[in-house]
Amino acid sequence: MKRFIKESKNRCLNYRKRILDISQKVRAIHAAGAFSVIELVDCIYYGLMRKKTKKHKYFRDTFLMSKGHGCMAQYVVLENLGIMAKKYLENYCTKNGKLGSHPDYGLPGIEASTGSLGHGMGLAVGMAHADKINKINRKLFLVISDGELQEGSTWENMMMAANLNLNNLICFVDHNGSQSFGITKKTHPKFYPMNKKILSFGWECVEIDGHNTKEILNSIKKRKTKKPLMIVANTIKGKGVSFMENKPIWHYRSPNSKEYDIAIKELKHI
Amino acid sequence: MRNKLADVIYKLGLKNKKICVLVADISPAGSMEKFRKKFPNRFINTGVAEQSMVGIAAGMALRGLKPFCYTIATFALYRPFEMIRVDLCYQNLPVTIVGMGPGTTYSTLGGTHLAQEDISVARSVPNMDIIAPCDPDELSDVVEFCSKKRNRPTYLRIGKAGEETFINKQSEKWKFGKIRLIKPGKDVCILTFGPIIRKAFEISKKLEKKNLSIEINSCHTLKPFDLNGLKKKFKKFKSIILIEDHSEIGGLNEIVKSKAYEQSYLGKILNFSLKDKFIHCYGDQDDLLSKHGLTTDIIYKEILNLTK
Repeated sequence: MKRFIKESKNRCLNYRKRILDISQKVRAIHAAGAFSVIELVDCIYYGLMRKKTKKHKYFRDTFLMSKGHGCMAQYVVLENLGIMAKKYLENYCTKNGKLGSHPDYGLPGIEASTGSLGHGMGLAVGMAHADKINKINRKLFLVISDGELQEGSTWENMMMAANLNLNNLICFVDHNGSQSFGITKKTHPKFYPMNKKILSFGWECVEIDGHNTKEILNSIKKRKTKKPLMIVANTIKGKGVSFMENKPIWHYRSPNSKEYDIAIKELKHI
Repeated sequence: MRNKLADVIYKLGLKNKKICVLVADISPAGSMEKFRKKFPNRFINTGVAEQSMVGIAAGMALRGLKPFCYTIATFALYRPFEMIRVDLCYQNLPVTIVGMGPGTTYSTLGGTHLAQEDISVARSVPNMDIIAPCDPDELSDVVEFCSKKRNRPTYLRIGKAGEETFINKQSEKWKFGKIRLIKPGKDVCILTFGPIIRKAFEISKKLEKKNLSIEINSCHTLKPFDLNGLKKKFKKFKSIILIEDHSEIGGLNEIVKSKAYEQSYLGKILNFSLKDKFIHCYGDQDDLLSKHGLTTDIIYKEILNLTK
């Protein structure tokens, strides 16, 4: 565990640098939203998803980034894994490239197109149920944004996941509490309490620190029920760069060259 | 037609384990109930949650299954439209959206239940194919096609209950993407789709008494439309009549007229479509159609005037 944590911290530091570097070439990057899920995505790929056998292309389990605008975090992890070649990120959001600021189905390691919020849960429920029909032992890891819990479709599908007894579905909520319009507690107070709502929809629900590698890895080990599992991961939007943290303006904005210099100097192990 | 749909899906489902059915709280009458009992894992009722129905179907298709999503046309297409556009069409997945009882079918349920513009809406989305069979026999061929040979999304527009069969010995065989000759004729060509083909037959009978021979065609595949087949009709006939239980916007009317312009067709085209207006009346289906000028008598008289 200790070794994994150390390696994960190194990887996450490099991911943040890589994203900041790309932000100097392309403006559309959603860096702050990516920074809040970096530890989650790294731990899912490196620590939670089971390695492939001869039958599988990449992993035995599946990962879906329902929070499509956080895809930069997924891209850099896929690049680090060697699944996505360097040229993909080099040409990010350019006319010669194939990667945009939301993931597209069919690209290396991308198993569904996401970006419009509230779609990932339905896709995940369908995939997880199909795996049960086909008697395939596979887990489905899903990352949704907290904003997606404002979409009715997410709750419709959470009900169905519980109805269908999908214990192979594990969903992380990137609970950074910050949206385009502002801080959720202020803009949408009745969004809370969140965990009680999740529990009442027939899910098991646990809460963790979404930047704490150990807590992320342990989150799926202590399951008490056979219900679908929701892990509310408390995170900080823009984590790692002080002036980006919890500032709604950084939902979409990219740093200019001065801000970039400051940000790069600030980065450290989290 | 819904009973035929259920019968065919059940039979196909016995052989093809990939076929799944998702419904949004539509009563599983007849064979649909048989399917549910026989294949409990492959039948999902999402309740009154159409977005969920389509999203889950997309996920199942991503895993190689062949889902059919089935409910009343308005709810099958409009409510989960973004799931259809993004999850199904953008990802190009083989899911069939079955919209049952479109147009004026639900004549006593009011405007909330009338899918007057469904083809127009579905046609505008890339990758989406649209099929609207004219009778239960044609539906049977279509369902088999959707369950086997599809690798892309389909909007399947079907009637509700009690439709007559019009396919006869003179009819051509069904083929995806081809205008299908149902009844040969020499003087006037009727192009139509869906169960409203019954009007074409009623009109044809009346006109035969006036020594007019009417050809009737089922344009079951609205997208992709059979342009070569249409060109042949332009060459053969000076008068073409369009009958559709659908808005004049974005359906057969606009498809045929835009192609007529491109082909410099010099004949006459008369369309009998629903107007671009909501319907605020009740009664039987003919009562609603008559509000938009779609009566056998009106169409009969206009064809007579045209051929004078």
